Order: sequence, then C-alpha cells, then structure tokens
Amino acid sequence: MTLLLESLFNGAAIGSVLLIAALGLAIVFGLMGVINLAHGELMMLGAYTTYVVQSFFKLPLLEPLFGGYIFVAVVVAFLVSGLVGLLLERSVIRRLYGRPLETLLATWGVSLILQQFVRTVPLAWSTGLWLAAMVALAGPLVGNRLWGLRQRPWLLRLGSWVVAAAVGVAAAGWIRGAMPKLARASARNVDVTAPRWLRGGLDLGDWTLPIPRLVIIGLTILAVVAVYWFLNRSLWGLRIRAVTQNRTMSDCLGIPTQTVDALTFGVGSGLAGVAGVAVSLLGSVGPNVGGDYIVGCFMVVVLGGVGNLWGAVVASAGIGVLTDVIGAGRLLEVWPQMPARLQQGVEFFATTSMARVLVFALIVLVLQVRPAGLFPQRGRMAEV
Amino acid sequence: MADTRSRWPPRWSQVLLWGMGLALVLALPSLVSPFRLNLLGRYLSLAIVALGIDLIWGYTGLLSLGQGIFFALGGYGAAMHLQLNCHSCSRAAGGLPEFFGLYGVQQLPWFWEPFHSPWFTLVAIWLAPALVAGLLGFLVFRNRIKGVYFSILTQAALLVFFNFFNGQQKLINGTNGLKTDLTRLLGMMVGSDAMQRNLFWLTALLALLTWLLCRRLVVGGRFGHALLAIRDDEARLRCLGYNPTPFKTMVFALAGGLAGISGALYTVQSGIVSPQFMAAPFSIEMVIWVAVGGRGTLWGAMAGALVINMAKSLVSEAWPQTWLFIQGGLFLLVVTTLQGGVVGWFQEGGPRRLLARLGWRTRLSTYPALELETGPEGED
Amino acid sequence: MPTPGPGSPLLELAGVSVSFDGFLALKNLNLQLAAGELRAVIGPNGAGKTTFLDVITGKVRPQAGDVYFRGRSLLGRNEHQIARLGVGRKFQSPRVFEQLSVQENLALAVSTPKTPMGLLRRHLTGAQRQRIHHLLEVINLAPRAHHRAGSLSHGQKQWLEIGMLVVQAPRLLLVDEPVAGLSDAETERTADLLRSLAGDHTVLVIEHDMEFIRRLQTRVTVLHQGQVLCEGSMDQVQTDPRVVEVYLGAGQEEQP
Repeated sequence: MTLLLESLFNGAAIGSVLLIAALGLAIVFGLMGVINLAHGELMMLGAYTTYVVQSFFKLPLLEPLFGGYIFVAVVVAFLVSGLVGLLLERSVIRRLYGRPLETLLATWGVSLILQQFVRTVPLAWSTGLWLAAMVALAGPLVGNRLWGLRQRPWLLRLGSWVVAAAVGVAAAGWIRGAMPKLARASARNVDVTAPRWLRGGLDLGDWTLPIPRLVIIGLTILAVVAVYWFLNRSLWGLRIRAVTQNRTMSDCLGIPTQTVDALTFGVGSGLAGVAGVAVSLLGSVGPNVGGDYIVGCFMVVVLGGVGNLWGAVVASAGIGVLTDVIGAGRLLEVWPQMPARLQQGVEFFATTSMARVLVFALIVLVLQVRPAGLFPQRGRMAEV
Repeated sequence: MADTRSRWPPRWSQVLLWGMGLALVLALPSLVSPFRLNLLGRYLSLAIVALGIDLIWGYTGLLSLGQGIFFALGGYGAAMHLQLNCHSCSRAAGGLPEFFGLYGVQQLPWFWEPFHSPWFTLVAIWLAPALVAGLLGFLVFRNRIKGVYFSILTQAALLVFFNFFNGQQKLINGTNGLKTDLTRLLGMMVGSDAMQRNLFWLTALLALLTWLLCRRLVVGGRFGHALLAIRDDEARLRCLGYNPTPFKTMVFALAGGLAGISGALYTVQSGIVSPQFMAAPFSIEMVIWVAVGGRGTLWGAMAGALVINMAKSLVSEAWPQTWLFIQGGLFLLVVTTLQGGVVGWFQEGGPRRLLARLGWRTRLSTYPALELETGPEGED
Repeated sequence: MPTPGPGSPLLELAGVSVSFDGFLALKNLNLQLAAGELRAVIGPNGAGKTTFLDVITGKVRPQAGDVYFRGRSLLGRNEHQIARLGVGRKFQSPRVFEQLSVQENLALAVSTPKTPMGLLRRHLTGAQRQRIHHLLEVINLAPRAHHRAGSLSHGQKQWLEIGMLVVQAPRLLLVDEPVAGLSDAETERTADLLRSLAGDHTVLVIEHDMEFIRRLQTRVTVLHQGQVLCEGSMDQVQTDPRVVEVYLGAGQEEQP
C-alpha cells in the first residue's frame, strides 16, 4: 500500500513538472499550431528570473520577506517570459502561421540566441533591459491619462522611450552595485536558495514527502485550473477558441485576431516562465536547463492529443508514474521472486536515463496504435 | 522540364570544371596544413549526411530531427571495428578493448563479435543505420504520421538512442565514447597525417559517389517526381494509385544509410565517436546546413554543410561567443526571407531583384520567355 | 453480396451513412451505376456530393452501409488500393503537381506498377508514351508539355487533371466539378470528352453547371441532405416538384 502511494506520489511529482512545463506548449502548439522549440529557453528565463528575484530578497531591506519571494517570482517570471514571447510572436512567429515546420526552425534559432544571451549578458543588464521594455510598454498607457500628453502622441512615444531607457540603465547600474553576483555574465550554473519553509520534508509516519515537490504539485494544479478558467470562462479565452476554430469568421465578427494571436502566445510563454520557477526549485539553473525538458513536453502534448488540456494532464501523470515505476525498479519490490531473466531486464532499465529510454519507446509504440494521441480532438479541425 | 541529364560528349566547360575540382582535391593536402585538411575532410563527410537530409526534407517534405541516430550508428560501427583491431593499443583482460577493463567486463558483448571482420563493418556502417531508419520510418509512415508529428517523433527517437548509448558503459563505454586515433587501419595509425590525407581523399570520393547516386534517383526520373508529389500533395498521389509509405520508407532508409557513411567518415577523422553525436542540437544543426544551402538542390545542401561548418570553425576561433548568435540568426533568416536557401535565391533571380531594390534596374532586353519557368529543381 | 457479371452494377452503394460529429452528411444512401454508364450527380451545396466521392475513394469510412465495386466491397481498403482496383478521381479544385511539368504529371499517372522499383526502371513503355502523347493532344496541352503545371491557367489545370484521370485508365472515373472556371467553348469540349469516354469507361460527374449536365444527355441523380432525392433524365428531373423546390427553383432564378 505504502509502495503504491509512494509510487503515485513520485509519479505525480515527475508528472507535475512535465505538465507545468508542457502547459504553455499545449496552448501554443494545440491552439496555434506553432512548434515552439524555444519553450525550454523561456522556462530557462523563468528560472533565472527566480534567481534574480531571490537575489533582490536577500537585500537588507527585503530580507524579512525572504520566505515569500517565491510568490513574487511566479508573477515576475510569468511577466518576463510572457514579454519575451510577445516580442517573439510580433517579430517572427506572426509571419509563419500555417507553416509549422518553419516555426520549428525559427524558434530553434531563437532558443540558440536566448541561450547565448544569458551566457554573454550579465543578469544585471538583462534585468535592466526587461524593466526598460516594461516601462516602454506601460508608458503610453499611463501617459494617455495625462491630457497634455494625449494631445501629442509623438511626445508621449518619445517620452516613454527616454524614460524607459533611463530606468533600464539606472536599474542595471544599481543592481551591479548592490548585487555583485549579477554583475558579470557567466555560463556557469547558479543555485536558487529556497526559503526555509520550502526545504525539508513533511513527515507522514515512516514516510517523508519532500516539500518542494509538494509545492510544485500545488503550483501545477493552480496553473491548470487557471488555464482552464482562462480558456473556458473568460472573454479572451472565448476569443482565443473562436480564432482557433475559424480565423476568417472570427475576423469578420470583429475579434482582433492579431491581438488574440499575440495574447495566446504571450500566455503560453508566460506559463513557461512559471514552469521555470518550479524547475529552479529542483536543481541548479543554467543556460541549458530548457533543453532537458523540451522533448518531454512535446511528448506530453502529442501523447495527450494536441489541443486537449485534459489529455495533457493524463499523459503527464501517466508518464510520471511510468517513469517512477521503471526507473526505481518497483516491479522488483512488488514481486521479489520474479525469474532471473526478467529481473535482469527490470534492473537494466532501473536508472533514470534507461527509464527514459523505455518510456519514450513506449510512447512511440502507443502512437502506433493511436496516432492522434490518447484523446484525439474530434471533428473536422484542420490537420497541423 | 528540359533534358537535364548529363550529355555525352560533355561540354568543354564541364570537363574543365570537373578537372579543376579533381586537381583541387588532389592538391589540397599539399596546400593546407594537416589540421585544416582534417577539418575540411570532416566537413566534407558532413556534406554526405546533408545530402540525405535534403533527400527526405527538400524532396519528400519529411523533416527529420533525428539524423544524429544514424550518423552515430555509422560512427560506432567504424569505431568498434577499429577498437577490436588495434594491435598496439593497451588491452583489458582477455584482449578486450581497454575500456571494458574499467567496468570489469570479461566477455565481449555479442554485438561486438561480427565487427572483427572488416567486410562486415564496411557493410554494417551503412546497412545498420539504413535498417534502423527503415524500421522507424515504416512504423511512422504506415500510420500516416507526418509533418511536425514526424519531426517530434524523430526527436524523441533521438533522445531514446542518446540516453541508451549514454547510459551503457559496459556495452559501448557510455558517455566517454570510443576513440579511434591510436588504432590502426591497413597498417597505418588512423590519427596519423598520412592516413588522414587518405581519408580526406576517400571522403571526397564518397561524397562524389553519393551525390551521383542521389542525383540519379531524384533528378529527372519518375521516382524523384513521385517524391516531389508526396511532398506537395500526398492525398492526390494516393488517388493515382500510389502508396506513399514504401517511397517514404525507402528514402528515409537511404538517408539513414547516407548518415551512417557520413558518421563513419567523420568518426575516423575526428578520432572519437560519442553519444554527443546524438545530442539534439547537432541533429537540428544538420537541418540548417541544408536550409541555408538550398533545400531541393542536392549540391546546395552539400555546399551548405561545407560552408557553414567552415564558417563555424573560423568564427569560433576568432570570436567564440558569437557563433551561436550567428547560427540562431541563420535559422531566422532562412525561415523568414531566404526560404530557398542561397542556391534557391540565385535560381529565382535573387541577385537581380536585390540590384533592382538597390536602384540598379537591369532592363530586360526582351519580354521574358516562358521557358524561364522550367524547373528550379533542375540541376546544372 | 452481388456477384460480378453482365447486368450487375459496376458500383453499388448500399445504405451508406456518414456522420461528422453527429451531422449526417450521408443518410442511408443507395445508388447503382451500370458498367459503361455516364451518370451526372447534382445537388445543392451541402448535399453530400463530395463526401459521397470520399466514401467511394476510401478517404472517409462510412458508419453504416457498404460500397461494392465490381462485386467487391471497398470498405477497409486504402485510397491507393481502391485506385489500383480501377477507380480514378478528379478533385473539385484542380489538384495537379505544380512543381512537375505537364508531361511529368501525366507520366506519374500512367506508370505501372506504382511502386518505388517500378518507377526506378527509368523508361515508360512505348504504349504508355503513346497514351501520354495522345492525351496531350486531346486536352490541348501538347505545346505546353514541358511547362510546369503550376504555370498553367485554371482551365488548363482542370484539363490536365482530367487528362491524368484518363491516362490512369480506370474503369470508373469520378469527376468532381470538371468545368468550374472553364470558358463556354472549353465546357463544350469537356462534355464531348466525357461523353466519348462513356462506354469504354464508367463515368460519374458531379457538377453545378446545368447547361453542362444537359449537354451530357444522360441520367441524372439528385442528392439532397445526404440522400437520393430522385433520378431520371434531365427533363424529368427538372420538372420534378421536389427538385424544383430544393434546388432548381433557386437555381433558375439565379440564371439570367
């Protein structure tokens, strides 16, 4: 019994990381037909954001609130990755709708650039750059309330850019001074210090649940509920679904399809950022952190059935449990007297990487039987 | 399409061109340093894998992100043979290659045995990857999995193989890979300058032969037309009575075989084969060589592999930080503006348009004849 | 199950139903085609005409009913297998291989066997070349034989696709809207071509153009909401009050 529970919990832990990582991808791939290979790098940005936020909370002023930085990090990471995704959509992806193979190549290029970016640009400057971009975007919104500026749009635009640049440079300069760790670029991994309440485990009799895992599971549930609510209950979610079903018709109905595209991609990217926070709790953060997850994410989406949120949930849980069962050689615990031959086989796959081999091979086999995934989207939706 | 098959007797210009090419290949070893020659030889072998990618992607529309599997399989085949036939290398107990001793392996794993034979190895280098590719392809194509799903599945397969090879120390030395530098082939040390020079020539020869083979398959013949038809409208081709699956399987297997040859040549010239050959970025990188060179033209793909890799090594030597930026930019450029690659750009009159945009209007002397429209797929 | 023989239908649809997400595109459709017959199928938009062809060619699998071709059931067979049995199809909007030349398009259609090895044997037989040559004349594309199909006009593409259909030498030709976008003269020629094919081949034409159907001088089947509404000559059909109500009534008002 304990064994089953343990397996379920570990599976949920592995699956929840996969799911939260795949959630944004499910939106971008499922709803827009865009293959975003830079998704892992957007996660990486989220993980680095956690690191930067955590560094802020180590300053004397914010020190007392250190325990709560993780919540701030979730929000900021969403905004950081979401903004980068938004820029990506406006500049590149927009030209490539309906050509998924091209989006695949383009986003791969973007992922290389992002990786090299964090290697060569100090985090202080990146933070300044992001702040500047946020100010430049928010500037017109604020400025429009001032009557004098509303009359002169050029002044407003110029003003926001100048203010943005100033904010960015000032912020970067200040961060360099205040947080020397962020002042120099490095290709080396950094470690996020978890607040005290996030460390250790929850004791349940003779069995301990690691808290970070619990938090990630909670975060994932929250994210899934939020995405479900957003897509199915909110006005913009309705618009997004409308555009997915029939772009031309939506256009005719006055839905701003371009805004919808940007928003969808932005939300998907932002979710990658949130996933990045989760990932930063599990290990050190480096430029390559995204690459470890990207294929797994695609497997979740494809296995679950493209465009199907619940499919992704089931698929990630299944992959999680299966990985745990195979990787920890649990069959041996259940059935200690199994024949030696079989035992050798089970032991052969009882490592993390070999479990992966078997799980992926199984996925490929499942797709043989169900090419459209476990829960295929029915109806006459256009084939991607 | 006008007749693009080679004529006999060939035109003088062609004879001259081929003669110059031959002279260049023969003379290169005495023109450049052994280090550069070795790099050139490696890149030339990469041109062969690019050829295969062009065949499946440029002509048949299947974007594989898993060519690294077949590339590495070819490399492992060559390296296993060399490790077994290394008489001067230090040995583990029982005469096994040295690394087996580290893991306490006493008996040679069964699949190593046939690699004692050079003939078996020569065949296995391309046949094994081709068979793996054929099997994988058949399973996927039979279910009409195509487009991005095919790409994702090939990447997943790549990950499977990568993890497998990476985790199996006792079978193939895991993440350390197999070294070939100090082994011997035909009485010469593989890593020696003289051997590397011979390998360069061998690579050049094989590049030429594989190019001719692919050209014969896809240019001008109905087989090649069927591939283009699969790429452009598979459902229509079905209604003509064609089953696309054997075509795709065959081409994918062929590309796998080419990747195997390429990997074997690359391995003996770089001195090592390791699971890194199956790392995801490398396989995607291969695609960009083809995309930049020009998908759908065989020599464009090969030239792309050569030129981009040379650029990579030159740029990385001068400014190590910048290459990934440049490579990322290349992906974006090829996708957004240069879709036919460089060769495609030239064939579609890109230079003229560029000049026109810069204000250099070149006036056409006559109304453009309709003959201009005949295939950009024709090779000269 | 009907057995092939003189008098038995070449093609028979027996109680075929197809639904897409609960929408019944075909409802218990029954239809028979005799060998050598030329049959026109008309029907308003959404009557299920294209789905009907999809069922025959194996693209859509019906939920109920069966399709027999020369006495053999076509259910469970792939598109290419059905095509090899002798069912050829021309699509609604012309679908030719635009990167290939006109001649190459025809060569792909005429080739046998349609396997990789079959195509790698480099040459077509003399008879096949002859057929291509002949068809090029018939569809008036001989001067453009070496041009890319993508450079043809819409009408020429329609003709090329009809040409591909004919050189494929099927027993049954399914022709979906062959004259959409053609000029009057071309329409006339197409009608003559299809009429001349009947007899040796069995031809099923789907069309909107009433003048064209009239010119075919043949039996007409009217589809409505996935069912056969009525069958008969053009005159009979045109005077049938049900047809007038669902289809021709509206159609005649539009005509000048």
